[in-house]
Amino acid sequence: MIVRLQVNGARREADVWPGTSLLTLLRDHLGLYGSKNACEQGECGSCSVWLDGELVCSCLVLGAQAGGREVLTVEGLNLERQAGAVQAAFVEAGAVQCGFCTPGFVVAVTDLLSNDPAPSEASIREALSGNLCRCTGYAKILDAVNLAAGRLRDSPA
Amino acid sequence: MDVLLPRTLEEALEMKAAHPQTVPLAGGTDLMVDLNFGRLRPPSILDVSRLPELRVLSREDGHCFLGAGVPYSRITAELGEFRPLAQASRSVGSPQIRNRGTVGGNLGTASPAGDILPVLAVYQAEVDLVRPGDTRALAWDRFLLGPKRTAIAPDELIAGVRWKVFRGTGSFSKIGTRNAMVIAVASLCLVLDEDARQVRAALGSCGPTILRAAAAEDYLTAELRRAGSWDDPACRLGQPVIDAFAERVADAARPIDDVRGTAAYRRHGLRVLARRALAWALEDRRQGR
Ligand SMILES: Cc1cc2nc3c(=O)[nH]c(=O)nc-3n(C[C@H](O)[C@H](O)[C@H](O)COP(=O)(O)OP(=O)(O)OC[C@H]3O[C@@H](n4cnc5c(N)ncnc54)[C@H](O)[C@@H]3O)c2cc1C
Ligand code: FES
Ligand code: FES
Repeated sequence: MIVRLQVNGARREADVWPGTSLLTLLRDHLGLYGSKNACEQGECGSCSVWLDGELVCSCLVLGAQAGGREVLTVEGLNLERQAGAVQAAFVEAGAVQCGFCTPGFVVAVTDLLSNDPAPSEASIREALSGNLCRCTGYAKILDAVNLAAGRLRDSPA
Repeated sequence: MDVLLPRTLEEALEMKAAHPQTVPLAGGTDLMVDLNFGRLRPPSILDVSRLPELRVLSREDGHCFLGAGVPYSRITAELGEFRPLAQASRSVGSPQIRNRGTVGGNLGTASPAGDILPVLAVYQAEVDLVRPGDTRALAWDRFLLGPKRTAIAPDELIAGVRWKVFRGTGSFSKIGTRNAMVIAVASLCLVLDEDARQVRAALGSCGPTILRAAAAEDYLTAELRRAGSWDDPACRLGQPVIDAFAERVADAARPIDDVRGTAAYRRHGLRVLARRALAWALEDRRQGR
């Protein structure tokens, strides 16, 4: 079936098997490899994208459900602004090791900071509970979020 | 396989009646996992995630109606006054899961660990089932028949749930291996209904389906009466009463040993949850909440 949707501001379409997830549609049909496939069961958050502005696991959205909707992936983030600060903070804080979880974290952290510019540690942990990292042990990820939040507060975009 | 994309509930019901084997898909947080892993290959999928009729939240005649398609993040944001419901919704999965997962899906899956289900049990909620030209309301315990078994007919969809609004405090709490993103090993929903002067308690993950702890409810209802506490919420209950209530809650369980916990641990967990939930409720009442 043909699915037509907006991805990162552009009109795209893909001819997919009807049971295809949005994640597979993005990766295997549109060549957007930033959203990662690590579990396909909603546990790891490495496939996080925005669907009509809401943070979701793209592996749990049927591609056809995204028809006519707007999807924003990690590739579509504006690195001049908030997401750039998040990305830089991850690198500087040492929150990236193998990097597989990083795009999902950058998406989830960007979502968090746009709703809560000064999150408490508890809020950060809660907001990132749907993103798994098998390398860092999370401490550096928390540092990165605090670093990004601080910088964004000092120089709001 | 085919995907059916209705725009209204009426259209969806016609499609369901014409294709009784079609599987409704809401937030996909249960169903997509089965689809991704090849455990489910239905002849067709019916996308109900866009039906405006299922996204309704409304109040009339002292009742609250919650559409089957309202996601947890919206329940937490908009139904905070129903504290146990908001707490249960907030405890589901992660932000990503709560932005998609729905009460209709929790009911459709009918897992004994479905976190919204004990809340519906103490609210004595009814489930609205619709088919072309017809609606029926089933009490929660007539809808949930067993693990992953419900009374829905092949030509029906879940429209939502409805319950009578009452005054009184309550809570939902659950035990798991993490504070977030965890399926309950045991859960408890407790309310003190000041209108009916009745205590209601329901257990999740502690039996083949959701269980009401009837003996515990009756015991505490009577103890609150004896203490004059329904008239004067400042009245205290002794620790022996709290312990005896917790014991009866644990006795109501029909737990099994499984990967998430042993039956004995579940009973122990329920005792702890019951003591805590009752302590919170009594404190709320003393504070006039
Ligand atoms: C990572 C993760 C964590 C989770 N954590 C929790 C948790 O903590 N607590 C918890 O309770 N659950 C949890 N779940 C399970 C799931 O999120 C919930 O059961 C959720 O409520 C399902 O809703 P949905 O809209 O996504 O359902 P879907 O997956 O779309 O559907 C589930 C079932 O309901 C049926 N259905 C849906 N809507 C209707 C309708 N309107 N009429 C008829 N049938 C319908 C579907 O056909 C299907 O059988 C988790 C899932 C994941 C992936
Ligand atoms: S791949 Fe989607 S949550 Fe893991
Ligand atoms: S850096 Fe390797 S999984 Fe997170």
